[in-house]
Amino acid sequence: MSDETKPGLKSPLRRKLLMGMAALPAVSMLGRPAFADVPATSAVNTTGLAVTDSEVTVGILHSVTGTMAISETGSVEAEKLAIEQINAAGGVLGRKIKFIQEDGASDWPTFAEKAKKLLVNDKCAAVMGCWTSASRKAVLPVFEQYNGMLYYPTFYEGLEQSKNVIYTGQEATQQIIAGLDWVNKTKGAKSFYLLGSDYIWPRTSNKIARKHIENHLQGCKVVGEEYFPLGSTQFNSVINKIKLTKPDVIYAIIVGGSNVAFYKQLKAAGIDLSKQTLLTISVTEDEIDGIGGENIAGAYACMKYFQSLDNANNKAFVPAFKKMWGEKTVIGDVTQAAYLGPWLWKLTVEKAGSFDIDKIAAASPGVEFKGAPEGYVRIHENHHLWSKTRVGRAKADGQYELIYETADLVEPDPFPKGYQ
Amino acid sequence: MFGDYSISDLGAILAMQGFAGLILFSVYVLMALGLAIIFGQMGVINMAHGEFMILGAYVTWMTSNAVQHVAPWLFPGYFFIAMILAFIASGALGMLVEWALIRHLYKRPLDTLLATWGLSLILQQAYRSIFGAREVGVELPEWMMGSWQATDSIQIPINGMFVMALTMLITIAVAYVLFWSSWGKQVRAVVQNRVMAGAVGINTEKVDRYTFGLGCGIAGVAGSAFTMIGSTGPTAGQLYIVDTFLVVVFGGAASLFGTIASAFSISQTQSTLEFFLSGSMAKVITLLTIVAILMVRPQGLFALKVRK
Repeated sequence: MSDETKPGLKSPLRRKLLMGMAALPAVSMLGRPAFADVPATSAVNTTGLAVTDSEVTVGILHSVTGTMAISETGSVEAEKLAIEQINAAGGVLGRKIKFIQEDGASDWPTFAEKAKKLLVNDKCAAVMGCWTSASRKAVLPVFEQYNGMLYYPTFYEGLEQSKNVIYTGQEATQQIIAGLDWVNKTKGAKSFYLLGSDYIWPRTSNKIARKHIENHLQGCKVVGEEYFPLGSTQFNSVINKIKLTKPDVIYAIIVGGSNVAFYKQLKAAGIDLSKQTLLTISVTEDEIDGIGGENIAGAYACMKYFQSLDNANNKAFVPAFKKMWGEKTVIGDVTQAAYLGPWLWKLTVEKAGSFDIDKIAAASPGVEFKGAPEGYVRIHENHHLWSKTRVGRAKADGQYELIYETADLVEPDPFPKGYQ
Repeated sequence: MFGDYSISDLGAILAMQGFAGLILFSVYVLMALGLAIIFGQMGVINMAHGEFMILGAYVTWMTSNAVQHVAPWLFPGYFFIAMILAFIASGALGMLVEWALIRHLYKRPLDTLLATWGLSLILQQAYRSIFGAREVGVELPEWMMGSWQATDSIQIPINGMFVMALTMLITIAVAYVLFWSSWGKQVRAVVQNRVMAGAVGINTEKVDRYTFGLGCGIAGVAGSAFTMIGSTGPTAGQLYIVDTFLVVVFGGAASLFGTIASAFSISQTQSTLEFFLSGSMAKVITLLTIVAILMVRPQGLFALKVRK
C-alpha cells in the first residue's frame, strides 16, 4: 500500500542524486592534496573498523553513573584530554580521533553490553575503559570474541593477560614488592598488619604481600590480616586490635567509601600517622579529596604516579589537565594511567602502520612513550607496562611528597612464581 | 591470642572495645530512628532514607564552606548550625515528597517501596549532577577530631562521644514528642485507627505530612553527624540503608523501644565478633543470628499487641 503512494524512489531525479553521491568520494580525494602523505584507508584498515580518510573512531567505556562514578570520572577526563592533544598534534596516521562515550553505569553486565555495542555497531578501532576488575572480566570475552583492543587504566591484581588488552596501570607485584622492601629497609619494619576491602584485588594483593613478607624479608611477620565488606563504615574494633598488636606497619588496601570512614576513625582513635607507619596502595590524590588531607597526612602510598612528580612531562600535563577540567581537580595514579591509553594506542598504530587489531597487538611490545607524565613507560611482551614504583607521603594539603622511587623500571609480572 | 599481653593492656582494650560497641550502638540508633518513625507510624517503606541522610551531609559540607568564607570565627561551632540546617532541609524535602508522591500510595504499601527506590535513584543522580561524582571532604573543627586520653593507654574518640550525646538527645526528644505532646497523641491515634481519628477531628493528612517530615529531618541530622565518621558522596547513602532496615525490622517495626533494643543487640554482637574474628566473618555471623531469630519471631523483638 505504501509503495504505491510513495513512488519517489523510482524517479530519475533520484538516479541523478545517486550518481552525484557516488562521485563524492572522488571529489573529496581531489580536495586533499595537502594530506598526500596520509596512507590510504584501504591499506591501514583491512578489517572494516570505523576508519575513514579523515577520522578514526574510538570508544570510551566508563561508569559516569552509579557507585563507581566517583573513581572513574578522572579516567574519562584524562582520556578526553589525551584525545584532544593527539588531535591538536595531527591525529593518528593523519586521521582525527572521534570518540563515542558509553556509560557502564557501575553494572558489569551493562559494561559487557556496551562493549559489544562499541565493537559491533560502532566498529571502534580501540576502546579506553573499565576500572574495576569485575568490569574488565565482564568485557574480556567480548573483546576476545569480536577482536577489539582495550586500554585498561587501573592498578589491579594481575593473573591475567590477553592479546586484546593493554594494561596501563601496574599489576600487583609491581606495586607491592618495591614498597614492602622500602618500608622494611628504611623504617626497619618487622611486623605488618594487613587490611583490605573484601574482594579480589585486596585479597590477591595481600596474598602477594604476605608471601613476600614471610619468604623474602628477613625476620618479618604478619601479625594480622582482615577484610571488611565493601562499604563498611565502622572500623573501631579493628583499630583496637591494631592498638593491641602494635604492628610496625599497617598495610591498608581499603577502597571506596570505607576509605573515608577508616582514616577518619583512625585519626579519631588517636593513632598518629606521623608516628605509626601506614602504607597503602589504594589511596590516590582522588581519594584524599574525600578523606580530607588532615585525616591522612603522614601516611605512605606506594604506586607509580603522584601529581607532585617533578619532571618536564608532568609539569606540562598537570596544567593542561587543570585548564580543561578546572583548577580544583586532582590527578591520581589511575587518572595518569588512563591518560597513557590513547597515546600508547597512537604510537602503536604508527609503529604498525595500520589500525588492524592483530597488527596492533603484535606491534605493542616494545612501544615506548617518552611523554608520559610518570616519566617513561614501555609496553612489555605481556601487554603490561614497564614502569617505576614510587613511595609518597601524604601531606595535609591533599598532595603526596615523593619519598622514594625505584632506580630502574620494574618489570610487570602478572603471573608471579612463588606468590600464588 | 592474649598470651603475650599484660593485664593492663587487656583492661585498656576491653574499655576501648566497650566504647566501640557503644559508639556503634549510637550510630545504629541515629540512622534507624527516622526510618523507624516513618515505617513504624506510617507503614511506608522508605528506600530513599539513605539519600535523605546524604542530603544532610551535603548541607553540612555547604555550611562548612560557607562559614569558612563568610565567618571563619564561627568555624569551631559551625557543626551545630549545620545540623539544624540539615534537619530543616531534609525535613522540608521529606514533606514535599510526601505531598507529591507518598500520599497517593498509602493504600498500596508495596508500591511505596518501588516509588521510594526510584526516588533514591533520582536523588543520587541529582547529587551527582549538582555536587559532582567525586566524594567531597567535609572539614571538621579541630576539637571534634582526635581522641580523649582517659588514661595512658585508653583513648576514646571525641566524635564517637559526640554521636553518643547527639543520639541520646534526639531519642529523648523523639520520645517526648511522640508520647507526651498532643501532636504525638494525634500521630498515635492515626496509627491505631485512621478513620476514627479523622472522625474526631484530627487532620490526618497533616499528621502524615509532619510525621514523614520529622522522620526525614532526623535522617538529615544523622547524615550530618556521620560526616565525622564516614564519606560524603552521591551514593554514600547506600552504605547505611541495609543496616538501617536491619535494625528497624529486627526491633519490630512499630516500636521505638524495639529499635533501640535491636540496635543495642546488633551493635554489641557485631563489635564483639569483629574483635575476635575478622570483619567479614563478624558480619556473616551477625546476619545469620538475625535471620535465625526472625525465623522464630517474625514480628521482631518487640511488637505492638494488636487484636487480630
